[in-house]
Amino acid sequence: MSFPILTALVLVPAAGALAVALLSQRRPEWIKLVAILVSVFTGAMTIWLLSTFETADSGFQFVSKHAWIKPWGISWHLGVDGISLFLVVLTGVLFPLVILGTDPHHDHKRYLAWLLLLEAGMMGSFLSLDLFLFFVFFEIVLVPMYFLIGGWGYEGRVYAATKFFLYTMVGSAFMLVGIVTTAFLAKSNGVGHLTFDLVELAEKAEFATTTGRWLFFAIAIAFAIKVPMFPLHTWLPDAHTQAPTGGSVILAGVMLKLGTYGLLRFGVFLFPEAARWSRPLFLTLAVIGIIYGAIAATMQKDLKRLVAYSSVAHLGFIVLGTFAFTSQAITGATMQMINHGLSTGALFLLVGMIYERRHTRQIAELKGLQKVAPIFAAAFMVVMLSSIGVPGLNGFVGEYLILIGSFLTARWWTVVAATGVILAALYLLWAYQRVFHGEPDEANRSFPELRAKEAAVLLPFIGLIVFTGVYPKPMLDRIEPSVKALITHVSDKTGYEEPNVPEPIEVEAHEEAQP
Amino acid sequence: MVDVVWLIPALPLAGFVLILLFGRRLGDPKAGYLASTMIGASFLVTVGVFADLMSKTAEERRHIATLFRWVPVGDLQVDLAFLADPLSITMCLFVTGIGTLIHLYAVGYMHGDPRFSKFFLYLNLFALSMIVLVLGENLLVTFLGWEGVGTCSYFLISFWHERDSAATAGKKAFVTNRVGDWGVMMAMFLAFQAVGTVSYGGLNAAAESGALSQSTATAIAIMLFIGACGKSAQLPLYIWLPDAMEGPTPVSALIHAATMVTAGVFLMTRVNPVIAVSAEWVTWTIAIVGCATALFAATIAVAQNDIKKVLAYSTVSQLGYMFLAVGSGAYVAAIFHMVTHAFFKALLFLGSGSVIHGMHHEQDMRKMGALRKLMPVTAMTFIIGWLAIAGVPPFAGFWSKDEILLYTFAKSPVLYVFGLVTALLTAYYMTRQVIMVFFGEARWHDHADEHGAHGDFQPHESPKIMLLPLVVLAGLSIVGGALQLPFSSDLHFLEKWLEPVIEFGEADIHGTWAYDNKYLLLGVAVLIAAIGIAASVAVYGKKKAKAIEPAILEQGWYYDKGVSAFMGGPGRKGFDAIAWFDAKVVDGAVNGVAKLVQGTAGQARKTQSGFVRQYAAALGVGVVLMLVWFVVIRGIL
Repeated sequence: MSFPILTALVLVPAAGALAVALLSQRRPEWIKLVAILVSVFTGAMTIWLLSTFETADSGFQFVSKHAWIKPWGISWHLGVDGISLFLVVLTGVLFPLVILGTDPHHDHKRYLAWLLLLEAGMMGSFLSLDLFLFFVFFEIVLVPMYFLIGGWGYEGRVYAATKFFLYTMVGSAFMLVGIVTTAFLAKSNGVGHLTFDLVELAEKAEFATTTGRWLFFAIAIAFAIKVPMFPLHTWLPDAHTQAPTGGSVILAGVMLKLGTYGLLRFGVFLFPEAARWSRPLFLTLAVIGIIYGAIAATMQKDLKRLVAYSSVAHLGFIVLGTFAFTSQAITGATMQMINHGLSTGALFLLVGMIYERRHTRQIAELKGLQKVAPIFAAAFMVVMLSSIGVPGLNGFVGEYLILIGSFLTARWWTVVAATGVILAALYLLWAYQRVFHGEPDEANRSFPELRAKEAAVLLPFIGLIVFTGVYPKPMLDRIEPSVKALITHVSDKTGYEEPNVPEPIEVEAHEEAQP
Repeated sequence: MVDVVWLIPALPLAGFVLILLFGRRLGDPKAGYLASTMIGASFLVTVGVFADLMSKTAEERRHIATLFRWVPVGDLQVDLAFLADPLSITMCLFVTGIGTLIHLYAVGYMHGDPRFSKFFLYLNLFALSMIVLVLGENLLVTFLGWEGVGTCSYFLISFWHERDSAATAGKKAFVTNRVGDWGVMMAMFLAFQAVGTVSYGGLNAAAESGALSQSTATAIAIMLFIGACGKSAQLPLYIWLPDAMEGPTPVSALIHAATMVTAGVFLMTRVNPVIAVSAEWVTWTIAIVGCATALFAATIAVAQNDIKKVLAYSTVSQLGYMFLAVGSGAYVAAIFHMVTHAFFKALLFLGSGSVIHGMHHEQDMRKMGALRKLMPVTAMTFIIGWLAIAGVPPFAGFWSKDEILLYTFAKSPVLYVFGLVTALLTAYYMTRQVIMVFFGEARWHDHADEHGAHGDFQPHESPKIMLLPLVVLAGLSIVGGALQLPFSSDLHFLEKWLEPVIEFGEADIHGTWAYDNKYLLLGVAVLIAAIGIAASVAVYGKKKAKAIEPAILEQGWYYDKGVSAFMGGPGRKGFDAIAWFDAKVVDGAVNGVAKLVQGTAGQARKTQSGFVRQYAAALGVGVVLMLVWFVVIRGIL
């Protein structure tokens, strides 16, 4: 048997967390070193995973399956496919950057331990192919994030952390009921024995229509809170704003994707009929989220809150694509999960750097930064343009695929959703103007330029933003087969047919490949 | 040579990268020369490609260079590919040609600016984007350039970002353009759904073969037109262009007169078969919007006092002519006017920049006058530009405008009359400008102290590097009409060259009254120009009549003010209301529930010990009870 890479991806950061926790408080440099080494090593493993991933294979790869609680049919079942691959890689890449690029200011040891535990939980969540195992990781993730916000956050951190925790727990309660019921009902509805195995349940379980819908909703509500979808989103601005920079980056970068990923993996895949049936609801809430989030973002006075609301809008696009059920839309949605992680992650880093320098996040207190820190402003600009969805950068490709795919099956929703790109330009450019343009006043005149270390942290983000925008093919080639398989699965289960477009007319031309 | 078409965008890209890496070290003026060299080399390659295409038969003048597959998912397979054909190469020729001249000019104009190299960084990026736009083999590649030029336009309008007005103007341009971009996106989605591709080849072929239904074609055409209205500053989306004058003048000349703003006309021409098979009201809409914009903007230009604002509204007006041409099925005339307009409007803008430069950044024409003696080259070339735009034969603008009016007459005599009135106003306001700037009495003595001059203030002629482009463009503005002279079909060079691209959509006006009397119409056009000039000379030169410049025209019919008032007033209030709703209602509900739970829990807290273990136990019991319910009562096991 080959090396259990996926198990290692979960256990290495978990072991790292333990090691950091056990190290002496008096050796902070050791603590930091261990954390860096562990996260970099984990990141390297994800890169290795990416490079050895079989591109055209639509199924789960690197599968690792061991019985855990046999009588209940619960197993340690990990696997990665095109839909989860890049989320795993993003997790692997983001954590070392966050550990290197952010400074918690106090209590490094516990901060780093929580971060590494969070990484283990994130990895486990994205890799689990067992409902129960997934739930365990899904819950594990909450704890470190709660402590990160509560322990290292800003002035309103306790309120935000509590709200975040309770809100998500409400969803989890529903999900737990949903998961357990699913497994027990499936036993007598096609599966034949008690199991929490996702693949087995998805393939064999045949629920009565109404039952399936109830189960779907029980599980989906947890994800809808996590995404967050309108109107369940209000925990997000508080959590984002109050979280320390590192927490915000992780929260926006990968944690919100638990919701959108969960909807695909444990919603659409497990309950295709219910997902199809509830399409209008999800599409409508997604479109409301896009417009509403953008409008709310426009009026924010706190830069970090603005970015948080922009997440509501961006995640709306992802949900729209998910429930459009076309290969372009779902591939785009999957890609957009990564794109949003890169651009919003980088935006939070930049806002964090502004806070470090000016000790404020209030837009009104910032002015003219481009004049005193042009390189900083340029970095912000590139990331912002990615978030706006300017072609040539990553955000556009995902958004475009989502919209063009959704147009085929959800035309009028798409027509409205596409106006979100106008609003995105509005709220970001307006914020940019107020923060970076103009003549800097007294307080902003000594705003320090981007430092080498900060640039080193931002560079991977910007590199990936540009590369993915110009050449998204490697990514799309890996995502698409799994998306196709998912749609085929939906078709098999529900008789749904992905709409075809006509064969394009070939036009004769003197064509030849260029370098 | 056509094989190296990819070099046309690659050279400015290389310039962009080099300046990005070494721009600060190169500095003023080397960064400018580097950028100019790159775009100049790109022009030379374009000439080579052009010559190569010329040497082929008309059918063979279509070459696709595919770089790589860009966005491939399922049925959607989009290449990053360039299409070299008569239309795209025509565009490339004047984009890179005029681009080179303006780059050179900017080396002089931007001399001494602390962000000199950054200016050329943006300028090369703009050239790259514009080339990608016109060379795109499909709508998506065009859209890449389309948004790229929009972004560069944003950078360059707010180049002097310390000025609030510049920053606001840049943002306004970007956001307004995005409204149009929504239309382009919709058009792409419609095209993909209807014909399975977003490539021009496939889309146009479907239109020509009848595979594209009329309703879909109508929807695509209208959506693209919405995009064109944004980019090419047509009603009702023109409002960003006058504000865009906040950018440095070379930017106004290159982006907001000669190249970017014509992208909408280009796009319409590119998909002319789709427009041809769309419902008839589409062409009427395009023609009426174009005509209305032309007239509307011309009336505003009559009462502007800022030297660049006059030209800005004039640009909006002339773009209106181009859309009038498109709506009349006169694609050749549209491209013809686009090219001649690029010559003389770039010339006029650069001339105004030279004046502004010589006047130490004064833009108010009321503080100018009699500059022809102090700035002879600028004055002479500006006058040539004026004659070209005013429609005086044999200058370039006369021929292209006349061709448009000819086709317009064939479509609708009513629109023709409006077109003529616009021509009259154009001659009038341009004459006004020339008189106010270059003739009459010198009014800048009174304002000398405003320019920081001790004693008297002497405007001066600009350096040679700025004058050279003026002279070249003046030459082109004189002879540009030779591309397409009306006298014999042997002289229709542009039409023959563009024929493979536009033959499906081009209207046939042979046999119409207008065509049979085209020399009469030619005469009418000359007369109209003469009246406009004479009237203006009487008012502003000889002061025989009082100028009519009502505030409503100076304020642009209060349209822009109205839009701004709405955005800042009810629009903003609406946004605020939603933000309030989110904080108080949506989040209020959440906190309300939390409070309710807290209150209820307060009553029940006596049963709670506060020990985590006990909660865990309760949770466990709950799960067990649930299982019992399923297992025993529902009998699932």
